[in-house]
Amino acid sequence: MSTVTLGKAITQALHDGLTENPKALVFGEDVGRLGGVFRITDGLQKAFGEDRVFDTPLAESSIIGIAVGLALKGFHPIPEIQFDGFIYPAFNQIVSHVAKYHNRSGMPLPITIRVPFGGNIGAVEHHSESPEAYFAHTAGLKVVAPATPADAYGLLRTSLTEPDPVVFFEPKARYYLRQEVELPAAAVPLGKARIAREGSDVTVIGYGPTVETALQAAGRAEAEGHALEVIDLRSLSPLDTDTIVASVRKTHRAVVVHEAPVFCGFGAEIAARISHDAFDSLEAPVIRVAGLNTPYPPARYEKLYLPDADRILDAVDETLAYA
Amino acid sequence: MADVSQPVAHQPSDGGTVGPDGATAADDLQLGDLAPDRLCDLYAKMVRIRRADQEALNLQRQGELGLWGQFLGQEATQVGAVEALRSTDWVVPSYREFGMAMCRGIEPGLMLAYFRGLSFGPWEPQRYRFLPFNIVVGSQVPHAVGFAMGCRLERSGEVVLTVFGDGATSEGDWHEGMNFAGVFRAPLVFLCQNNHWAISVPLSRQTAGSIVDRAAGYGFPGVRVDGNDVIAVYRAVRDAAERARRGEGPSLIEAVTYRMGAHTTSDDPTRYRVESELQPWSARDPIHRLEGRLRQAGILDDAAVERAGRDAEATAQRMRAAILGLPARDPATVVFDGIYHNPPEAFRRERDEFAASLEASP
Repeated sequence: MSTVTLGKAITQALHDGLTENPKALVFGEDVGRLGGVFRITDGLQKAFGEDRVFDTPLAESSIIGIAVGLALKGFHPIPEIQFDGFIYPAFNQIVSHVAKYHNRSGMPLPITIRVPFGGNIGAVEHHSESPEAYFAHTAGLKVVAPATPADAYGLLRTSLTEPDPVVFFEPKARYYLRQEVELPAAAVPLGKARIAREGSDVTVIGYGPTVETALQAAGRAEAEGHALEVIDLRSLSPLDTDTIVASVRKTHRAVVVHEAPVFCGFGAEIAARISHDAFDSLEAPVIRVAGLNTPYPPARYEKLYLPDADRILDAVDETLAYA
Repeated sequence: MADVSQPVAHQPSDGGTVGPDGATAADDLQLGDLAPDRLCDLYAKMVRIRRADQEALNLQRQGELGLWGQFLGQEATQVGAVEALRSTDWVVPSYREFGMAMCRGIEPGLMLAYFRGLSFGPWEPQRYRFLPFNIVVGSQVPHAVGFAMGCRLERSGEVVLTVFGDGATSEGDWHEGMNFAGVFRAPLVFLCQNNHWAISVPLSRQTAGSIVDRAAGYGFPGVRVDGNDVIAVYRAVRDAAERARRGEGPSLIEAVTYRMGAHTTSDDPTRYRVESELQPWSARDPIHRLEGRLRQAGILDDAAVERAGRDAEATAQRMRAAILGLPARDPATVVFDGIYHNPPEAFRRERDEFAASLEASP
């Protein structure tokens, strides 16, 4: 068995997806000749040619807009939005059309929108956003975020077989995360969370970059005698409430972790669901460990903004101490 | 405010057949190479869609439709453009191309479901090669470009006609789409129905430049035509479609016409324009002009005109009966079942809960 990085797992999944489906196309800014600013699409244009892997002009709204047209024509477009903060020009096309076109037309819209997201990379403005809640809030879309190389591969392979649009958020701070896994790895179904670590004292729920952070916190908590159960959501919409509820029934305490600002973040949905579906099992309120209710700060201050193992453990202590 | 609808004062573009106010040099339609029965058919279609437009307006005033956006005065652009396409070509419309949809064979009564609040997609796009109405102004243009790029990749020989108004040419998506089409040599025809108004905003406030001249900036030809001359529109679209089909890329056609009615039935044009402004455009009514020309050429007579009128009347009555007779649909089906092609389990549960709640409280 060899180790694969999360980034390379995505590259391989794209390669295998393009091989399996001759109608799959990869396009966006710098994805062709350069191979992507993170090198995720490296080698694909050479392997599949310029008709199937191509660079576009600098225009996010149309990168998504042409994906709608190509999907209606029978292709499976895999457009890339270069950075999270640049998805906003395409917001109208995604929410007004990608999410709604099947309802209008009855025609399948197999589009997989790839977006690197999240911070902790010392970047300039607009390169560290976590916009996933806007899209999870939009019916008609499916929204996923892998946390590991194996799941990055498996979730993308599945997304590439979906007849519905998928927004595929890639945790860019974890592109170099390594895992021992043989590719091709198993396909990961949408709507199924993963128990990343079993435990009995507190359920810690994360997705994308925060799963690794939660696991680090769990390792430290173990030394202090607390067994955290870490859930990797993998899929935001559809959401696997069954796995979340089963865990909370066992642990009676829940902490949710995401980089996006806490106010109206995706954690609010999880907390509301737990409150509604497992109220009787709770010994303490659900706590959200998330970004501050501010725009993402300048890089020098990002560590103060982002949830880290310390803040997760503080929340764990708070929920355990609740009387 | 001096924002009255004045013609934009500048030179006609190179290759254009009309000046900016839309009139042909001799206000006299050239019949070109179109056969007499073809010309009669264009006439009859314009009469039919105008009558349907009036009937839809009546239905709205009677409370049977929530909204209606008339295309009165724009019949030549709508009929001329669609009739110039092959049956295998595609149309990507905005929301005012009801006449075009009728020419494509879509049942008008069925289409009115859109305006009766019953459906967002009352027809099968693949069957008619006519994509759904698009209300987000200009945003259909990138869809059309992507679709055309797909046609090119498949070497299918299909051409895409995308239609929009003067207002849409201010939207970012329009400019992006035009640029993409030039870069990728997409086989499509951009057709602007320049009807001089975007609700209450006149052309002079929409742009300081020229719509047709923008094509050059994006790397392909543009031509301005008299949008109230069905033959001119037909020939321009036919030429542009064949250009695209030959692999020579996109074209822009600016069809100069006029929105004789209100933006929609929720609009009151008396607040921003005066009746006298419509006069020069009534004088160039597309249907009357063609009728006059064809009578002159001995191609149309009283009997033919009457026949067209009766046929149009029958269409309108059929349309009325069809929309009023549409069967009721199950709410859970309408609200939930079209959202995903492969609905997730959690979504299915929500749908079932909704259906159950309706049954519990009838």
